[in-house]
Amino acid sequence: MSGWRHPDLGTEIDRSKPLTAEVDWTKIRGFQGDTLASALLASGPRTIARSFKYHRPRGLYGMGAEEPNALFDITRHGTTIPNERATLTPLTDGLKARAVNASPTAERDRARWLDLLHRTIPAGFYYKTFMAGGWHLYEPRIRAMAGLGRLDPNTNPPADTPTRSATCDLLVIGAGPAGLAAAKAAAEQGRAVWLIEDATYLGGALRWRGGEIDGDDWTDFARATDTAILNSDGRILTNTTAWGAFDHGLIAAWQRRVDHDVHWRIRPAETILATGAVERPLWPAQNDRPGVMSAEAAHHYLTLYGAVAGRQLLIATGSDASYATAAAFAAAGARVTLADARDVSPDAPDGVRVLSRQTLQAVHGKTETWGATLNDQYHSADTVLVSGGFTPSVQLHCQSGGKLDWNAEKDALVPRPGTSHMKVIGAANGTFGLGPALAEGATAAGGLAPDTPDGTNWRWHPARPDIDASGRIWIDLQNDVTLKDVKLAAREGFTSVEHLKRYTTLGMATDQGRTSNFPGLAAMADATGRSIPETGTTTFRPPVRPVPLSVIAGRRRGDLFNPLKRLPLEDAHRAQGAVFREYGGWLRPSAYGEDEAATIQAETKAARDTVAIYDASPLGKLDIIGPGAQALLDFAFYNRLSTLNPGRARYAFLLRESGIVFDDGVVLRPSDDRFVVSASSSHVDAVRLLLEDPRQGRFDPSQVAIHDVTQAWTTLTVTGPRARELLAAVGIDVDVPHMGVAENTWGDAPLRIARISFTGDQSYELSVPLPHGPALHARLDVALNAVDGRWIGLEAVMILRAEKGYIVIGKDTDGLTMPHDLGWGGPRDIRGDEYLGKQSLFTEAAMAADRRQLVGLSTTNVLPTGAHLVPLDGPCRSLGFVTSSYQSPNLGRPIALALLEGGTAMQGAEIGVFHNGDVQRARVTQACTFDPEGERL
Amino acid sequence: MQTFPCPFCGPRDETEFHFAVEADHPRPENAPSDLEWAAYLYAVDAPQGPAREIWLHIPCGEYFVMSRNTRTRDVTASEALR
Repeated sequence: MSGWRHPDLGTEIDRSKPLTAEVDWTKIRGFQGDTLASALLASGPRTIARSFKYHRPRGLYGMGAEEPNALFDITRHGTTIPNERATLTPLTDGLKARAVNASPTAERDRARWLDLLHRTIPAGFYYKTFMAGGWHLYEPRIRAMAGLGRLDPNTNPPADTPTRSATCDLLVIGAGPAGLAAAKAAAEQGRAVWLIEDATYLGGALRWRGGEIDGDDWTDFARATDTAILNSDGRILTNTTAWGAFDHGLIAAWQRRVDHDVHWRIRPAETILATGAVERPLWPAQNDRPGVMSAEAAHHYLTLYGAVAGRQLLIATGSDASYATAAAFAAAGARVTLADARDVSPDAPDGVRVLSRQTLQAVHGKTETWGATLNDQYHSADTVLVSGGFTPSVQLHCQSGGKLDWNAEKDALVPRPGTSHMKVIGAANGTFGLGPALAEGATAAGGLAPDTPDGTNWRWHPARPDIDASGRIWIDLQNDVTLKDVKLAAREGFTSVEHLKRYTTLGMATDQGRTSNFPGLAAMADATGRSIPETGTTTFRPPVRPVPLSVIAGRRRGDLFNPLKRLPLEDAHRAQGAVFREYGGWLRPSAYGEDEAATIQAETKAARDTVAIYDASPLGKLDIIGPGAQALLDFAFYNRLSTLNPGRARYAFLLRESGIVFDDGVVLRPSDDRFVVSASSSHVDAVRLLLEDPRQGRFDPSQVAIHDVTQAWTTLTVTGPRARELLAAVGIDVDVPHMGVAENTWGDAPLRIARISFTGDQSYELSVPLPHGPALHARLDVALNAVDGRWIGLEAVMILRAEKGYIVIGKDTDGLTMPHDLGWGGPRDIRGDEYLGKQSLFTEAAMAADRRQLVGLSTTNVLPTGAHLVPLDGPCRSLGFVTSSYQSPNLGRPIALALLEGGTAMQGAEIGVFHNGDVQRARVTQACTFDPEGERL
Repeated sequence: MQTFPCPFCGPRDETEFHFAVEADHPRPENAPSDLEWAAYLYAVDAPQGPAREIWLHIPCGEYFVMSRNTRTRDVTASEALR
């Protein structure tokens, strides 16, 4: 027990609001404003986590997304989110946290014995060990041990994150000194500046380090920036993470709010990146002991939360920057020894013992820290703060294509200017220290550098892992990658950083190598005798830090994921007991009754015996208008349409240039210069665009227009032997020939009657403009009852059309079906003019005799749709498959349609139908099994 | 997410667009050979760098010519078909 709460310090906590939370079933106390990490640190326990692979005891290391150890499954209000970093988790009352990688608790983890095996389980041991007998033998147990947090299957987070789009003149990411200076300078020029900050408050390191700017405390400068931004129509988003940089300057940002989060898509005219830097650790033996912390993080906890890391501190560093940290801890009442790696060091702050030319060789401790060895000499300490320099946070720069250059003077990989669309400033650009950062920020936005007396020299003594050092040295705390593993990777030839990463898992998981990529790279460079730039860097990809999928998905879930089109008459159908299902993006009645299977059979029978009506409104209605209409349709369609007389209709195919059937439907020609293309319900948009292509690319678009009016009309189809009688009762003129179309009126409504049939019975498609739909529906309903007919759903229509062998594109055809496979070879053999897909119909493959052709199948039971057809003798192979299969109440037997290799020539033959390992027999028939002569039409 | 300029509607998100075909890639007519036809259907240049392509802006239904750099993703021009 070492951490404690200072009685006075803490600029960002409210001591009047105490909170209680539960970590591994132990109560901890904190205050409003605390993070889970600061409350844990102040509460004292050192071992709060276990490591991923060896289950070593671990403590808090960092202060932000770089935290490798303090991962918890967090439960708030019954919702559990796995793998939250304690450093990024605001403390809330009643919050429950469970350490990942540990059971039952981090302190008493059952799997801690695994560390004893460390010699036998180095990097890559999976690949070498679990080969004999096959990986699947070992997988279940290894899976149970691997992974981080636990998903709670009962957690179903609400889809309540709205996505909002925004633009601005300048986006500044990061509100540390450089970001503030840039935002203030730009806003004062009147530019609309958006400032994004990951933390709750502006200021970055100023929040814990403090500083004087332009003669006043830095908080005045921050307030002035705030005011300038708001005055110039800008915006400040705190608690917001810019998590991804995408094409053409798009920035995705996740804003965390108390009520609900917001996902921002920001397109700025210009972007300035000021995301700061992450402190590097040091690499003595046993550097993973609980009680070893980042010096900067400890300073941050001390100032913001009054959470003091320990009572007897050893600070190992190589730069002047840690002296302020040492001074702050001494002032807070801790005993502080500062071990500087350099020969020459600044004056010791009050109460701090400074030692120079010190090398931190080992840390001693187990579940907490007892001391450390410096220059072969033991020093006791309960906390070891380490500072090995800083690594610029350049993720967004690299995501948008930016490159990095090694800068030996700055001892860091820094952004190469001009390689991304962003300007990178401040610590993210390797420009450390308050004065230089302010100057670079202001200059980047065309302003004057603010003045500051702070002259701290941030140049550090370059620290690297010593590859000859003895003892176990951790390079990546989160993935338990040691220096030995890096050396093993080098020995085995995985010397590229990308290979190193995949072989050892270095740099993966939630921290994405923020503290480990640099030492891993440096160690590999050293082990292979190369320089750091020669060794290279890994690729940064979004997200910058883990973002909940519910944020990215936003509200596109459930009914809103892919919203269905609804029928204007839906309520009327529901009132009649309709059951609704989705058909090609439309919600349509499948049947009118609770017992669907029985109702479908009854509806199918009624449609043949008396009369039936179904809602065909989704059927495409593309008006093709103008003097150029017939030339366009002749080219676009497989069947010639210019020979269609006004007042008539024709069934036609639409092919792609590949010759594959894209759509089928009836084309009406109500008048000389106007056609209506009845595209398949689910295909209307695509057919429109397919027709637009030749209209714009081949013909004169001023001579023909395409107008999709599908959703402006209600279409009700009356079908059956008593259809004529029913329509007469309604007062609709039925004097239209088969395959004819007439435009009449019904009362004061325009009415289009098309006598075309998808059922094989006499059918009249009645179309009225939407406002007249309900009246037509009501009037037909009355007449329907008088002749004992019924409303039928789509399932009955599907059986009726299958009885006639009428196809549904995409169901009875696939990506290889050409029109002659469906028995429509005529136009190919006759037409001499050019049309879409023509050339493809004459290739060797298109002319082959063994193409899959549409046939019917006769059996004793309903075949499973999709079952493959196989030969009854000889080797088993697929000859095709069942495409549609139903029980026909009108024929009193099962019917099926299929695509069968050479099917046209196999009429009457027997074929095998393969399903679940069994083969049954079926007889090949014509596709049309009901009224083949078409006498009922 | 790229932003493409429709000559009729202005800059819009790339999700509103469909690639149609490479520009200057005429349809062979008058009984081309199978090879010529197959080349038209399936052989695309897919250049790395400057490219001239026909795109479709789905909401307005207009096809147009877009010049862009497939490597840098810079869009240099967009113009109506005629």
